[in-house]
This record gives sequence, structure tokens and C-alpha cells, in this order.
Amino acid sequence: MVKYSYVGKDVPRLDAIEKVTGTALYTGDLRFPGMLHTKLLKSPYAHAKIKKIDTSEAEKLPGVRAVLTGEEAPYRFGIYMSDKTILAIDKVRHVGEPVVAVAADTEEIAEQAVELIKVEYEELPAVFDVRKAMEEGSPLVHENLSEYKHAPFVYPKPGKNIANHFKLRKGDVERGFREADVVIENEFYQPQVQNVQMETHTSIGQWLQNGQINVWTSAQSPFAVRHLLGVGLGVPLHRINVVVPYIGGGFGGKAGLHWEPLVVLLSKKAGGRPVKLVMTREEQFYTTAVRQGFYGRIKTGVKRDGKITAMEILYLWDAGAYADYGVNITRAAGYSCTGPYEIPNIKCDSITVYTNHPYGTAYRGFGHPEFHFATERQMDLVAREIGMDPVEFRLKNAAVPGRITATGEKLREDAGRVDECIKAVAEAIGWGKKEPKQVGGKLRGRGIAALWKAPAMPSFTSSSAILKLNEDGSVTLSISSTEMGQGTPTALAQIVAEELQMPIEKIKVVTKRETDFGPYSWQTVASRGLFMEGNATLDAAKNLKEQVKATAAELLGVPKEKLVVAEEKVFVPGQPDKSLPLASLATAGIFPDGRGIGGPVLGYGMYTAEGLTNLDPETGQGLPALMWTFGAQGAEVEVDPETGDVRVLKMASAFDIGKTINPTIVKGQIYGGIVQGIGSAFMEEFIFDQKGKLLNSNLTDYKICRAQDIPDEFVFIPIENPQLNAPHGARGVGEHPRISIEPAIANAIYDAVGVDLFEIPMSREKVWLGLKRKGERK
Amino acid sequence: MKKEIEFTINGERRKLIVKPNELLLNVIREDLGLTGTKYGCGTGECGACTVLVDGEPVVSCLTLAVAADKKTITTIEGIGTSENPYPLQLAFVETGAVQCGFCTPGMILSAKALLDKNPNPTENEIKQAIAGNLCRCTGYVKIIEAIKLAAERMRGRKR
Ligand code: FES
Ligand code: FES
Repeated sequence: MVKYSYVGKDVPRLDAIEKVTGTALYTGDLRFPGMLHTKLLKSPYAHAKIKKIDTSEAEKLPGVRAVLTGEEAPYRFGIYMSDKTILAIDKVRHVGEPVVAVAADTEEIAEQAVELIKVEYEELPAVFDVRKAMEEGSPLVHENLSEYKHAPFVYPKPGKNIANHFKLRKGDVERGFREADVVIENEFYQPQVQNVQMETHTSIGQWLQNGQINVWTSAQSPFAVRHLLGVGLGVPLHRINVVVPYIGGGFGGKAGLHWEPLVVLLSKKAGGRPVKLVMTREEQFYTTAVRQGFYGRIKTGVKRDGKITAMEILYLWDAGAYADYGVNITRAAGYSCTGPYEIPNIKCDSITVYTNHPYGTAYRGFGHPEFHFATERQMDLVAREIGMDPVEFRLKNAAVPGRITATGEKLREDAGRVDECIKAVAEAIGWGKKEPKQVGGKLRGRGIAALWKAPAMPSFTSSSAILKLNEDGSVTLSISSTEMGQGTPTALAQIVAEELQMPIEKIKVVTKRETDFGPYSWQTVASRGLFMEGNATLDAAKNLKEQVKATAAELLGVPKEKLVVAEEKVFVPGQPDKSLPLASLATAGIFPDGRGIGGPVLGYGMYTAEGLTNLDPETGQGLPALMWTFGAQGAEVEVDPETGDVRVLKMASAFDIGKTINPTIVKGQIYGGIVQGIGSAFMEEFIFDQKGKLLNSNLTDYKICRAQDIPDEFVFIPIENPQLNAPHGARGVGEHPRISIEPAIANAIYDAVGVDLFEIPMSREKVWLGLKRKGERK
Repeated sequence: MKKEIEFTINGERRKLIVKPNELLLNVIREDLGLTGTKYGCGTGECGACTVLVDGEPVVSCLTLAVAADKKTITTIEGIGTSENPYPLQLAFVETGAVQCGFCTPGMILSAKALLDKNPNPTENEIKQAIAGNLCRCTGYVKIIEAIKLAAERMRGRKR
């Protein structure tokens, strides 16, 4: 048993005191001399040709410094699919798409200038439904799809509205269905929703006349911004510096590149003055990216004994107008398509479909909340059909270590245990216990749903860390994974404290991320930070110790192997005279005669994802997962049979996180994720008119959970089966608490009132209609 | 027609010339450089811009600066510092009620207005007091816990 001094303890977050005193700086709080402000002219049409743009009046307005149109910005940007320009060129593809941008001395002037711009459009037929968009003869959202650059693992279909078609084939589904005693097919749906970070997208850009580009931005991934900006604009990377201060929530929506190119190009046009853009809340809803809509059809074959023999799966993703991120969500959902079960025969098609809706991006869970609603509802529906208990049915098919996943991966012995999660949650919600169903005229029910997710990323992504020993013996950790609320930097400080056996007060984690100085990290996404930055940080701490020991060995005249680093010293245990304070080695060691030895101590560490491979383009077989974090969630609900009102009494969750580094931070992720999921389960949904205009682009009409909307009780059961190649065994859990909320609640609603729901959100109206229909059938 | 106004903000008297349609949020953030008060929507729906005017929580994004004339304003910067934090600030740190921190200033000020009037609130009263403050990160659980803890401490029952 390892004894931990810091790992596993409730160390208060490093950033908390700055945040509670209002001194923490976010991008929007930064000021620069001569800074200009941006406003956007946006498309009123879902699909239209741009016939003419007249900006002459706007340009004449005093205080206007730059007016930019798409023609002046003919660059395509993207991480997986470069299908987007920063302003519309030739045509607009969704309502809210920016067409012209103005930078002016004040926001007010910029706004006035936007009103003076005249754009002539010619409306084109638009398409909003994914299934219609796939039909022959549907209006095309992108005519030039064949010309777009894309990642090698993306399979677009030029001439169609298909940005990616991911295929998975395992075993023989036809045989699997023949072997089945029962075959069940259902369809499921989730609408487009928005991340609703409290801080809207904010960027400041400056393109100096000497060619240097500076960006300050609310982006999750500074190095991805630098790379994509450089490639898109054709500027060498060493001429771009990207700074990221604190971020007011990301949830995937600030991954990759967003409005950074726009402010940079405006700055260039304005002679190098810094240009700021703060998205309004309305723009956050329909100009910037959203979560894709989802349609799923699942056919499951099962034997009477509960063994699933085959699954045929179709997932269609409403990517909206652009699919840079959508294509990879489609892929991630495709290779995880079954949920955490071993299924011998699978056919899955996961398809990114362009429509004229706002464009899709990552949102906490990366497609998994959407498809788990389908798979985990289906599990209950199938169990019911064969008369089996849903918990027992899940356990029977569970993907436990040694079993084979959809992509043919044999789960490692130290993989997490979904079966333990399912059992823990079942117990927590009193599964199988006889309790009164009816309480004061309301009906109660319980539901359960399992889940899994691995980080969705290219197979070779990497992270690095720099740990500097300071002259007083304190250390400074630089990493480039950002702080957007998830708390990773605090956990990393704990890992350093543990490795160096040093008081946590002596460890600083650099708060600002800056690509000129910081070590490389691919992105802050996918619940990968703790695992990857954690391994890099551990590596850096070990490297720092090596450097210290090498110098100390010379100075003390002892073999390096005998030395130990702890309590701010390097020493030979049991020999008090063989000891040096770390502080005395920070810049160089000194021999008694004054000669120097060694030099400034700078620990470097890195970690590259291990053992991942490309997936076969035809069968999807291969190794996509650095780690699977498994989990289960259970809901207890109370339904009012008169109104259809549903109240969540209890949400229980268990995740196999390998090892808890900081219990309070983990709980913060769990509770926050659950409440986001509850918002989506009951109230969040983009509502459009027939012309594709979003009708609820504000927080009054698009509601997210308030304090009154949370469950009465939360139960979290950490399961800790360590993964050997993870830092202290810990797996990521940032996204997972948000994944299986909808199916757990839907299953509980069925248990309570016998109404089956297939569409999110499960509004009062839908539950009430279900109750009414059920009443009529009787 | 610009107008001269005068108010006390975080204990300091300030005289300013503002446009009649200038919003209090902009005056606080841009003119006075107090950026702890946040912009989250500009339409009174999120509470990120909450400040106290004569002890009452208001959304500064919907309040005209001229309406603050002769009033007393408190922003997050005015209730405590890292050396000497206000009990609510400390409770937010200790319970883990802070994640991205963007809602935090507004949340703490709404909670302060509650505790100033009602030192012993029920859980429901707490939820009501922060109903106008949206948080997308925490699920509110730890925030409610923090407010309870601060209330207890301020009543002198718990250290
Ligand atoms: S910014 Fe004032 S309520 Fe949202
Ligand atoms: S902590 Fe992020 S919005 Fe509340």
C-alpha cells in the first residue's frame, strides 16, 4: 500500500482565492493601448447566395478602423475538416453566420457601422433534417467538399451532404441476428443544444507590422490555436504567440480554433492595433458553435438467456453548416457505438450530415451523451422484451477486462470495471428493493444506465511539462493544459508535491498559458488532461530529481543511487551530514573551495499516448483508446401523473477513476456534469422556425438548470481499480458524469409510469402525452 | 447630454461624467477597471454582473449608471481580499464551490445580500436568493454548501 501525503487529499484549488476575490483575469478583462472593438453583421438566412456587399457607408463612419468581408479572408481553417472560412464567402449556410466584421474605437460605433452595411442575398433552398439532407437531390450545403483538406481518418462523400462516414464491422451481423431469439429495433433523437459557458467566446488579436501575431483568447488549447492559425494563414508558428488566461467554462465549445483568425485579420487591416471580440450571448447561441443534433436507430439481437448476439447501428449527426469537429465526434461515437458491452457481431454506420443549422462542435461527452441515450434506453427495452432484470442483463454483457470491444480491442487486465460501477449504483438507488411506488399521488421509479468513454484524439498526441527549481527551493510547474474550471492544475501540483515529498505551498503552477514559453500540449479536451499532463508532470519531477541528485552526488561524494529527495532536501537517509537543501542547488552547486558544478535545474517531462493505432477504414477495427473510463448512473424520479412533471429525487453515479487525486475536485466534476445532463434531459433544446432561425437564443427562452432544478440528493461512489500506465492509476472523469443522465432518467420514468420516451428533452408535455396515450390504450 | 454622477463604490467616493444611456456594468468594468464584475449575457438573465446597490443585488447590465447616482455600490473587490477574505469568500474556497469562477463574484454578492438580511436561511431560501445567478460548472451543490457554512460561521457557531 502506497502512503500518500498529497495525492488523494482535499487540497483547496490553487485558483480559488483569485476567483472569489474577483482578481482572476479572463480574456475579456484584458486591456491594451489602442484596443478596438468588434461587431458582426450576420446572416438572416439559413442558405443564400451573397450577391453584393456594400460597406462604403460603414467605412465613412468616424471611429471605424477596419471593415472586413469574406473575400478579404479567403482562408480555410480546421483541425479535422477545413470546411470553414472565418466570414462567409459567396454564400451563407446558416442563420447567424458572420458576413462582415467591423473593428472600431468603441462597440457602439462598431454596432452603428454594422447597421450601415448593405448586403444583397438571394435565398436558396435550405435543408434542416438529416435524413432529408442525405436524400438524392437535396440542396447541397458544400458544393466543393472534394476540395477541402481533412484528416486522413475522415471519409467525406463529395456531391452529398456527408462530411464523414465512419464504418465499423465486426463479426457477421446477419449470422448474429439469425442466432438471436428476439430482435428489437428502435429510434432515438436528441436536438441541437449549446454548451452555455458563462463566459462567451472572447478573443483579442494583434498582427503587428513586423509580422508578429499576438493572440489572447478564451481557448481551451493554446497550441492548437497557434497551429491552426499558422496553417490557415500561412504564417510560421514562431511568429505567433497565443496567450490563454483563465477560461470561464469550456465544455468542449472552446476547443480547436474559433474567432482568433477574425480578430487577427481585423488587426492587420487596422494597422496592427489590438482588436477584441466578445461574443454576445445571442451570438454564443447561433453564431458560434453548438452541439450536434442526433438521430439513432438501433437493432439488437438477443438470446433468451440475455446474451446479445448482434447490433446494427445507424447514427446520424446534424453537424449544421460546418463539420470541423463534427467529423471526429461521429468517429468517436462510431468506435464506441455499443456502449460498455461485448457484442460479437456489429455493423455500425456513424455519419456526419451537413444541414443549414448552426454548426456543431464538441460538448462535454463528445457524442457519448447522445448515443448513450440510444444504447442505454435500448438495453432496458431489450431486457424487458426477454423478461430479464435490466441490471442483470447489463452485467451479463458487460465489457470487463479480457473481453473484446467493438473495435476488436481486448480490454487490458487493469482496465476499469463497469460491472462494479453498475452494482454500486444499483445498490445506491435501492435497486430491487420493494418500496412504495405511490407517494402522495405521485409515482416513483428507478432507472439505471451504464457508460464508457475514451479520449477521442489522434493516436500519437502528446503533452509535456517543465518543472523549474527556484533559488529558494520552491518549484514552478509549467504546463499548457488550460484551467477552465476542471481543476487539473491543482491535481498536478499534488502530484508534484507527492513526487518531491515537498509542501504543496512551495509549488506554483503557472496560471497563464503562453505558447512562446510553455511546453507543448495537444489540447485540453477529452478528459485527457490528468492522465497525459499527469504523466508528463511526473516525468518532469523525476527528471528534476535526477539533475539534483547528479550534482549532490558530486558535492557529497556519495553514489547517486543512495540519494533521496524529500522535505526540500537531497540526502542519504540516516546520514545527517550527507544532506543539502534543494535551494543550494537551484542555480548551481558549490564546492567548498568555491568552484561551481551543475547548473540551473529545469526538469522536463513528456508523455505520448501509447499503443493507439489507426482504425481500418472499412471495418473500424484497431486501438482507439488510451483509457476507457467506465461508469454507471442511476436515477430515482417522481412523476406527477396529472401534469407529467418529473422531479429527480436522487442521482447516483459510480465511475472507475482508478485513483482519486483530489476528492473535492472530483465531486465538483460529478455534480456539475449531472446538473448539465439534467438540463438537457428536461429543458434544453434549439427551437427553429421553418426558415432555420433559432427562436430561443437567450437564457430566458433557452433555460439551463438553476439552483432550484437540481436533484434532492447526489450519491457518488468512486471505484478505484488503478490503471498501471496512469499517474497514480488515475483515469479522466471530466466528461463522464454528464453522459448517462438522460437514459437513466428515461428508464426511471418508465419504471414510474410505464411511459417509454425516445426523444430528448423529456419535457413535461411529452411525458403527459405519453401518459395520455397509455390511458387511451387501456 | 452627459451627466455628472457621484457614488460610493467599495468605500471610495467617485465622481464621474457619464452618458445618460451608459450601463452601470460598463462604468464598473471599463471606467473604474473593476473587472471582477462579469458580462455573461447583457440581458439580465445570468447574474454574472451582479453588484450590490445600497445592499440590494442588482444586475448591473440592466442598470443605468445614472440610477446609481448618490448610491452606495459594492462589487466583489469591495468585500474582501486574499489576505483578508470575507467569510463567504473563504467558504467558497474551502467547500470547492469555485470551478471556472465566472459566476462566482455575482454568486457571492447575491449570497451576501441574503445573509445580511437573513443570517439563518433555509436551503430553499438560499436557492431562491441565487435563482438569478446561473452556474454551468458546479451544479450548485457546493455553492449551497458554502453559503450554509458561511452563514453558520457568521452567526458565530462554527469556526
Ligand atoms: S450579464 Fe447581467 S445578467 Fe447576465
Ligand atoms: S463556476 Fe463556472 S459558471 Fe459557476
